[in-house]
Amino acid sequence: MDFLNAIVAFANFVFVPGLAYGAQLAIGALGVTLIYGILRFSNFAHGDTMAFGTAITILVTTALTGMGITFGPLPTALLALPVGIGATILLLLGIDRGVYKFYRDQKASPVILVIVSMGVMFVMNGVVRFIIGVRDINFADGERFIITAREFRDMTGLQEGLAIKTTQAITVVVAFIVMALLFWFLNKTRTGKSMRAFSDNEDLALLSGINPDWVVKVTWMIVAALATTAGVLYGLDKSFKAFTYFQLLLPIFAAAIVGGLGNPLGAIAGGFVIAFSEVTITYAWKKVLGYLMPESLAPNGLVQLLSTDYKFAVSFAILIIVLLFKPTGLFKGQSV
Amino acid sequence: MSTTVKDTALFGLVAVLLIGTGLIQGWNSALLILNMGLISAIMALGVNLQWGFAGLFNIGVMGFVALGGLAAVLVSTEPVPEAWQAGGLRIFAGLALGAATVVAAVMAQKRLKGRTKTIVTLVILVGGFFLYRAVFDPGKEAVEAINPAVSGNLGGLNLPILLSWPVGGLLAAGAAWVIGKTALGLRSDYLAIATLGIAEIIIAVMKNEDWLARGVKNVIGLDRPVPFEIDLQQDPVFVERAASVGLDPVLASTLYTKMAYAVLFTIVLLILLWLAQKALKSPWGRMMRAIRDNETAAEAMGKDVTARHLQIFILGSAVCGIAGAMMTTLDGQLTPGTYQPLRFTFLVWVMVIVGGSGNNFGAVLGGMLIWWLWVQVEPLGLGLMNILSSGLEDGSAMKDWMIESAAHMRLLTMGLVLLLVLRFSPRGLIPER
Repeated sequence: MDFLNAIVAFANFVFVPGLAYGAQLAIGALGVTLIYGILRFSNFAHGDTMAFGTAITILVTTALTGMGITFGPLPTALLALPVGIGATILLLLGIDRGVYKFYRDQKASPVILVIVSMGVMFVMNGVVRFIIGVRDINFADGERFIITAREFRDMTGLQEGLAIKTTQAITVVVAFIVMALLFWFLNKTRTGKSMRAFSDNEDLALLSGINPDWVVKVTWMIVAALATTAGVLYGLDKSFKAFTYFQLLLPIFAAAIVGGLGNPLGAIAGGFVIAFSEVTITYAWKKVLGYLMPESLAPNGLVQLLSTDYKFAVSFAILIIVLLFKPTGLFKGQSV
Repeated sequence: MSTTVKDTALFGLVAVLLIGTGLIQGWNSALLILNMGLISAIMALGVNLQWGFAGLFNIGVMGFVALGGLAAVLVSTEPVPEAWQAGGLRIFAGLALGAATVVAAVMAQKRLKGRTKTIVTLVILVGGFFLYRAVFDPGKEAVEAINPAVSGNLGGLNLPILLSWPVGGLLAAGAAWVIGKTALGLRSDYLAIATLGIAEIIIAVMKNEDWLARGVKNVIGLDRPVPFEIDLQQDPVFVERAASVGLDPVLASTLYTKMAYAVLFTIVLLILLWLAQKALKSPWGRMMRAIRDNETAAEAMGKDVTARHLQIFILGSAVCGIAGAMMTTLDGQLTPGTYQPLRFTFLVWVMVIVGGSGNNFGAVLGGMLIWWLWVQVEPLGLGLMNILSSGLEDGSAMKDWMIESAAHMRLLTMGLVLLLVLRFSPRGLIPER
């Protein structure tokens, strides 16, 4: 029984939250990695792109609920998501046209593009604050839990409860759908194949008649969809705050780099690696160990390796370790 | 127009802006902007050393600035003897153990081979971590328990706060050495992310390690290198002199202290600027730029690229540390919660790019100009919104929204300025020569 309790406690506090967070990071990291693979720079504005898409989605959600339209037990934000994605696509295509294209035509070095993306980051940050302000916004509605801790305890007779939030389940399901769609697109469709070719070898791709403008446009559209989805899922699970999204940049980049920049599969793996390490290292293991160990050996302290405020330190440490031992990431990424 | 005339005119523009601020908004605001502008100029000098001279992409400026601020506290506050007795020794023993663990792990990495290497390193790291926590945690708790409302930390050395400026530089340099040793081998994007992460970690440590500088409980009422206003107001000689120039003693005292700060900051800025110019024009500076422009060629000429990068990374970070200590001195308090990357890292980058990377005078100009803009965008934006919304009736939602959004103009403006400069004048206002 104690063993089962330990497993349930572990699932409740580590596995389920880690899985949801990992899925959110993975979708975010996919966006970063695609831009890196096709456009060949690290996009610092990605966190704020997520914030923009989420902000639009929140506005539409408010309008929908105001009109009395909801999505039953599911959060209304899912209905509003396509609108958010559409707005973000328009914004990113506009920015590409007005800002990035100039430097691409000049064949500017990647580091210049990174600095340009810093400027875009500032502007987007300002725009998001214009649109929605700096407050903490909770926009999840519908059923809060699929199963609450109390129901689980009653059902199984265990001491520990396992609560699964609706948003966590949705995150995992949506993430799975998004990833499946993306890989189908990249591997099966003509445009997807030309994107991969462009990413592998730009000159060869141009020689074989791939239209670079089209590839870039499609990339921005996919990135907009991914960023908005990641942002909305994160916001549903936790809450929306412009500044938090900016800070997500660090774990997202860590995930993309750990997996190997430019490699979509790596981005997903990296997202889960980062998420699970953050959660396991900052979780207080007292409860789980208390069930597993004999009473005399049960720990006194919290058995928390690092306090939760050091979660950045965890993503960062993993990043450094991977970079020192495997400079191209876990899966082979590009190195420029 | 010759370049000298143009440069002088640009600095003249900054002077005009500051004098205009003084005439319209009062001299106190103008001096406040000037003082922070001088500090920003020093930060920009530091970033310019790294980016302009050597092409190192460091976006961890915030961390080094914060370390400088920490130095101000550690140097100038009074020690807390009870805390030292309660756990000072344990804390330092713990830190020493932690450092020894890392050194041992690095040694194991270098000396051993194959599977033994991995196993031994892991054993050292895991064992060392638990040993460190076992020694360190009780000491930390004991120290933080002592009078937590006013201290709860070990306190400082009770030395003059001016000394903290070089100490802040040293502290930042030490951190930069550790960071540079691990991260400088990485390519530019990775170095950027690494430094961004380290800055966040430094802030996290300063927020959470209360024994060091009270964490988010903040340290207030730091010493000052200049007299307090209240003392000046009670000094008959000062009051008389203020009256003789026709100034109210309260206004005179506030202006006097700010002027004193401005003089101190200008001295530091001029020294650093002189040193940076000397470095730029020396063989060393030419070598740095050669490495920046073509690493492979420089390496082929026998230059040790990694060592030179480490050198300039440390120097630039130290300059940022000095600026951080100066800023905390000016504020008279250390508040780790207020360090934000947009303000302390990316804004400094805007200063460098706008001013002109690779040119020290450009960095100084960018620091002063962009800081003025950063401060003034909000009142200007508010004025603009008031004019734009004057046609709308009072209390309407649209008008409220427009007035409220003026507060967010800053980031937008900074982004636009950066993008416009990058597009139309990519080498900055005073380009590299």
